[in-house]
Amino acid sequence: MIGIVDYGMGNLLSVKNILDYLGEDNFVCHDPGDLARADRIILPGIGGFPDCVRALHENGFVAALNEAVLTQKKPIMGICLGMQVMARCGHEFEKVAGLGWFDAEVVNINTVNDRIKIPNVGWEEIQLNKNSPLFKRLPAKSDFYLVHSFFMKFDDDNAPEIDASYEVEGVKITAAVRKGNIFATQFHPEKSSDLGMTIMENFIDWQPAI
Amino acid sequence: MQFLGSRNDPDDFVLVTTVNFEKIVEMGNPISQAKIFQAQMADELIFIDLSVYKGEYQRAASLEILDKAARNIFLPLTIGGGVGSVEDIRTFLNHGADKVAINTKIIENPDLLRKASLKFGASTVVASIDYRVELDGNRYVYSQAGQAKQSFSPLEWAQECEKLGAGEILLTCINNDGLREGLDIPTIREVSDAVNIPVIAAGGCGLARHFSEGFTEGNADAVSAGTFFCFQDQNIMQTRSHVHNAGVNVRIRT
Repeated sequence: MIGIVDYGMGNLLSVKNILDYLGEDNFVCHDPGDLARADRIILPGIGGFPDCVRALHENGFVAALNEAVLTQKKPIMGICLGMQVMARCGHEFEKVAGLGWFDAEVVNINTVNDRIKIPNVGWEEIQLNKNSPLFKRLPAKSDFYLVHSFFMKFDDDNAPEIDASYEVEGVKITAAVRKGNIFATQFHPEKSSDLGMTIMENFIDWQPAI
Repeated sequence: MQFLGSRNDPDDFVLVTTVNFEKIVEMGNPISQAKIFQAQMADELIFIDLSVYKGEYQRAASLEILDKAARNIFLPLTIGGGVGSVEDIRTFLNHGADKVAINTKIIENPDLLRKASLKFGASTVVASIDYRVELDGNRYVYSQAGQAKQSFSPLEWAQECEKLGAGEILLTCINNDGLREGLDIPTIREVSDAVNIPVIAAGGCGLARHFSEGFTEGNADAVSAGTFFCFQDQNIMQTRSHVHNAGVNVRIRT
């Protein structure tokens, strides 16, 4: 049973629709207590980093997510802003602490290179870590749909947590991260047709080594 | 993908194509066709409800098509037609749209575009611009599905839409709509070169070559077509291959 976290930010419907399409049991978690019923969790999100973190706190999801993910080790997948909030902090409008699951900061793409048009909207050719269990049955370079102005930047461009990335104007942009039972994508698998569906299937089957 | 109540049964919304925004040709079920487009690797689907100015507008019918599309199609979905307020946008997003296209209502009330962009982000709001080229070469924007002439050019309006916060421009030439004789390259190039947001060129594709011209000569960021894909046995995969081989960077992997 997959729980989709609803904290008032973002398009849960498309995540729910793709899980329904794949015939996977799922439900929307409106309340932090609902996470107890989920054996896998998806954290979607669209919007601004500070609003998103505030909403997670106000709805009581931070403690519940830490319990489910860090203590109980349930597999979790973040999508778009749901990935970004897993960083230690974000720099959108103001510096705000995130969940701190990844030792990285969320920065505006233009602070790294101001020639890149933001938001970066559309399909990008993404270089996947071919050893990742989440990218089984996918070509090493696959196209996915994304919409973002900020990205998760690690101190080290070659940090082992980076599971996928793409390049624009010579800048390496983090496209997916993975650590233990935590996986997240900047792109939208639920909007990336067949290849995205394969990632969703891989997440459903994923048995992270703990 | 334009849709409208069928002439046999106005409650049955069918996929249609248009010629010069006037002649309407009914094609069939929009969702069946959308599934084919997804299988053939379309990048995005744009649904436009024509019933607002060409029939009897039924919001429920629009939402039903959107609901069905969102349950079956895992691509970015844009909906246009009948988007008149911030509340309308919220409704469409809640039914599975990723973006909304707005045309007449931002001409009547430009502040709607500004508000929508602030509220939902620029990437959620597509400014749809329809225009006609007159015999003397002057171009004028039209609202209300080609019925109401405005005093300004598509270039002027595109620049204004960018300032107001549009994330993309959907630029449609009414003269070329449905004729399959090619895009209006001069206007596409003029607008694409003048704004810093993506321009989607529409109206007139009849050959795969017309798509690549939109990119290489019109400097468009995307090309959209309805008649081309609906009418002939045109395959998006073949078209994409042509565009790719003309030297334009488009995805070709499935």
